[in-house]
Amino acid sequence: MAKTNKSEPLFHIAKRSDMTLKKAILVRVIAIFAALVVCAIITMITTGLNPFTVYGSMAKGAFGTARKSWITVQDTSILLLIALALTPAFKMKFWNIGGEGQVLIGALATSAVMLKLSPYLPNPALIAVMFVAAILAGGIWGVLPALFKAKWNTNETLFTLMMNYIATQLVAFYIIVWEYPKGAGKVGIINAKTELGWLPRLGSSMGGKYLLTIIIAVITTIAMFAYLYYSKHGYEICVVGESENTARYVGINVGKVIIRTMFISGAICGLTGFILVAGIHQTITTSLVGGQGFTAVMVSWLAKFNPIIMIFASLLIVFLKKGAGEVATSCGLNESFSEILTGIIIFFIIGCEFFIRYKIVINKKTMKGGNK
Amino acid sequence: MKKFSKLVALALAGVMAFALCACGADTNDGSANNNGNTAVVDGNGNTNVVTNAAVKAGLICLHDENSTYDLNFINGFKAACDAAGVEYLIKTGIPEGQEAYDAACELAEAGCNFIFADSFGHEDYIIKAAKEYPEIEFAHATGTQAHTEGLANFHNAFANIFQGRYLAGIVAGMKLNEMIDNGDITAEEAKMGYVGAFTYAEVISGYTSFYLGAKSVCPSVTMEVTFTGSWYDETAEKTGAQTLIDNGCVLISQHADSMGAPTACEQAGVPNVSYNGSTAAACPETFLVSSRIDWTPYFTYCFNAITNGEAIAVDWNGTLETGSVVLTDLGASVAAGSAEAIAEAQAKITSGELHVFDITTFTVNGETLTTYMADVDTDPEYAGDHEAIVDGYFNESGDGLRSAPFFNLQIDGISLLDAAY
Repeated sequence: MAKTNKSEPLFHIAKRSDMTLKKAILVRVIAIFAALVVCAIITMITTGLNPFTVYGSMAKGAFGTARKSWITVQDTSILLLIALALTPAFKMKFWNIGGEGQVLIGALATSAVMLKLSPYLPNPALIAVMFVAAILAGGIWGVLPALFKAKWNTNETLFTLMMNYIATQLVAFYIIVWEYPKGAGKVGIINAKTELGWLPRLGSSMGGKYLLTIIIAVITTIAMFAYLYYSKHGYEICVVGESENTARYVGINVGKVIIRTMFISGAICGLTGFILVAGIHQTITTSLVGGQGFTAVMVSWLAKFNPIIMIFASLLIVFLKKGAGEVATSCGLNESFSEILTGIIIFFIIGCEFFIRYKIVINKKTMKGGNK
Repeated sequence: MKKFSKLVALALAGVMAFALCACGADTNDGSANNNGNTAVVDGNGNTNVVTNAAVKAGLICLHDENSTYDLNFINGFKAACDAAGVEYLIKTGIPEGQEAYDAACELAEAGCNFIFADSFGHEDYIIKAAKEYPEIEFAHATGTQAHTEGLANFHNAFANIFQGRYLAGIVAGMKLNEMIDNGDITAEEAKMGYVGAFTYAEVISGYTSFYLGAKSVCPSVTMEVTFTGSWYDETAEKTGAQTLIDNGCVLISQHADSMGAPTACEQAGVPNVSYNGSTAAACPETFLVSSRIDWTPYFTYCFNAITNGEAIAVDWNGTLETGSVVLTDLGASVAAGSAEAIAEAQAKITSGELHVFDITTFTVNGETLTTYMADVDTDPEYAGDHEAIVDGYFNESGDGLRSAPFFNLQIDGISLLDAAY
C-alpha cells in the first residue's frame, strides 16, 4: 500500500443536499423508533419491566384521559408559542437563546400587576394592564441584547443567555419580597380567593379551562406564518439573515430590523409568560418556564423555522416528555428516570438531523482489500 | 433507496426479536394473581398486592428517598398501603410550585382518590387541585390552611412530635445528670446546643419541648440554638454543631434533615439526640436517641375512612397514643434508667397527667404565662387570633385549633445565637 494512504482516515463526512423529503421523514421516524427501543432496553435492564408496558404508559401519559389530552395540547401550545417567538430572530441569524428569561420576565410583570393592582382595577382592566405589562417586559428583555448588537455588535448568544439568569434572579428576589405566608419562601396561588386577574375559562365544559391558550397559540401560528412568508418585514428578516451586506446594499436599515424583530420575539415570549401566570398556573416561581425556553430552540430548528411544522415538533416533544413522566410514575421509579428517557429521545431526534444533513463516506482505498 | 429499505427491515427485525425475548422475561407485571387481585411490581422490585379497590393512593414528595424527611413519608406510605392492600403511586422530586399542582392532577387522572403531599410549600397548589377535583380526597402534611379554607376534600395532618422531643429531652437530661455525677461537668455547665433550620414555629416548638424534657430531670440545664436557614444543608449543620460544641455545649440535638450535626458530634465525642430516625449506625459512640413521626397511622386512618365512606378530619393530629410519635431504640451510651424514665413520662403524657408545655415549668421574660394569643390562622395580619393557654398549659396543636405547631415563644433558659432565618 502506498505510504500516503496510511494517514487518510477510514471515512469522512460530506455535506449532502440530495435527500428527498420522503427519505428525510423516514430517517426521523427511524430515529424516534430507535430512541424508543433504547428507552425500552434501558427500562428493562434497570427494572425488568415489559417494554410494551412502557410504550403503553407513554401513550397513556399524554392521552390517557380526556383531561390529559387537553393538558397535552395546552402544553404543546405553550412550547409552540415560545418556538414561534424565537423563530423570526433565528431566521435573521440572531441567536436568541434568551426565550426562557423573556418568558419569565413577562410572567414576573404579569404577577406584579396581578398582586399589586388587583384592589384598584376592575377585572377586565386589570387583565388588560397585565397583558400590556407582560408584552412590554418581554419586549424590553428582547430589545436590550438587540440594541447592543446593533450598536456595538456584541455577541447576542452570550447576551441573551445572561439575560436568562438576570430574569431568574429577579423572580427569586421578588418571590421573597412577595412571599406569603411570611417565611414560606413562596408566593403561592395569586388571588386564590378572589380569582382576580385570572383569565376566564371559555365555556363550562372541561376543555374550557385550556381552550384560550390553545386559541392564542393557533392565532399566533397563523400570524407568524403570514408575517414571515408574506410580509415586507418577513422578507427583510430573510435578507438580513442571508447577508447583512446585501441588506445594506439594497437599503435595509439592518439595526432597525434587528431591534424590531427582537422586540417581536421578546413580546411573544412575554405573552407566553402572561398566559402561564394568568391563564394556567396563577403563581410565580423560578421554575415556571421549566427550560421550555431552551427546548423551543430545538423545536424551531427541527421545524426548519416553519411555523406549521413547529406544531408537530412541539407536540412530539410534549408527547415524549409526558410519556416519560408517566413511565417513571406508573413503574414506581424515581422522577429522575423520566429525565433519562427524555434525554435519550431528544439525543436521537437531534442526532438524526446529522444524517439528514451529512453523509458518511467510507474511504474505500484504506479499507483492507477494498470493496471490489 | 434499496439499501435504505434493507436498513429499515433490519431495524424492525431487531425490534421484534427484542420484544419477543422481553415478553419471555417478564411474567407477573400487572397480571392477575391467584386470588384475582392485581399485583403491581414496581421498578424497585417491591410488590404491591391490591386487595382494596376502594382506594388508590398517590404520594407527592419534595425530594426522593435520599432525604431522610421524604424517606420517612415514603416508608410510612408504603407500609400503610401494603397493609391495607391499597394500590399506590409515588411522585418524587416535586418542587413547591406549579409542579405540585401538575403532579396532583396527574395522580388524579391516574385514578387516585387519595392524594397526599409532604411539604409545607405544596399547600397552595394542592388546594388549587382540590378545588378542581371535589370527589378526590387531598391531604397535606405540616400545612396550616385546611381549617380556614373550608374545603370538604382538603385536610391537614401533623403529629405531636413535641411529645417525642420531650421524651428525647428526658434522655438528654439523664445524660447530663450522669456527667454531673461523674464530675465531668458542674451543674452550671450543663449546657445543650441545638441546630435548627428556621425560626419557624415547628422548630421553636421542637427545641422548646426538647429543652423542657431535659429540664424536667436536670433543673440547671440551659440551651443555645443556632439556625442554618435550610432544611437540608450538611455543611451548615455540621458547622453549626461545631460552633455550639466550641461554645461549651456538652450535648447536641437538631431539627434539620442531614447527618451534619450527628457527624460533628461523633467526631468531637459529644452526645447527640438526632431526628427522623436512628443515627446509631453512623455514630455508635455518641448516639443517644432519636424521635420521629410515623405517618403509617395517618395513612391507615385515611384509607379506612375512604373505604367506609366516612369523612377525614380537617386537622388530624397524631400522638404517642396513635403510634404517630415514636422514639428509636436507645443508643449504647445513654445513662442508666433512661428507658424507665421515658416509659414513666410517656404514661403520664398519655393519661393527660403531664403536659409538655405546662406553664408552671417555664417562664417568658421571667414571668409565668397566663394568656397567649397564638397566630393560628394563616392570614396577612400575622397576629394572634386564638387563645392558646388552657387549663394551665400551652395547648400546642390542640383540638379546634390546627395540627401544625404554633408555639413560637422564646422561653427563659434558651438563648438564640442568631435569628437571621
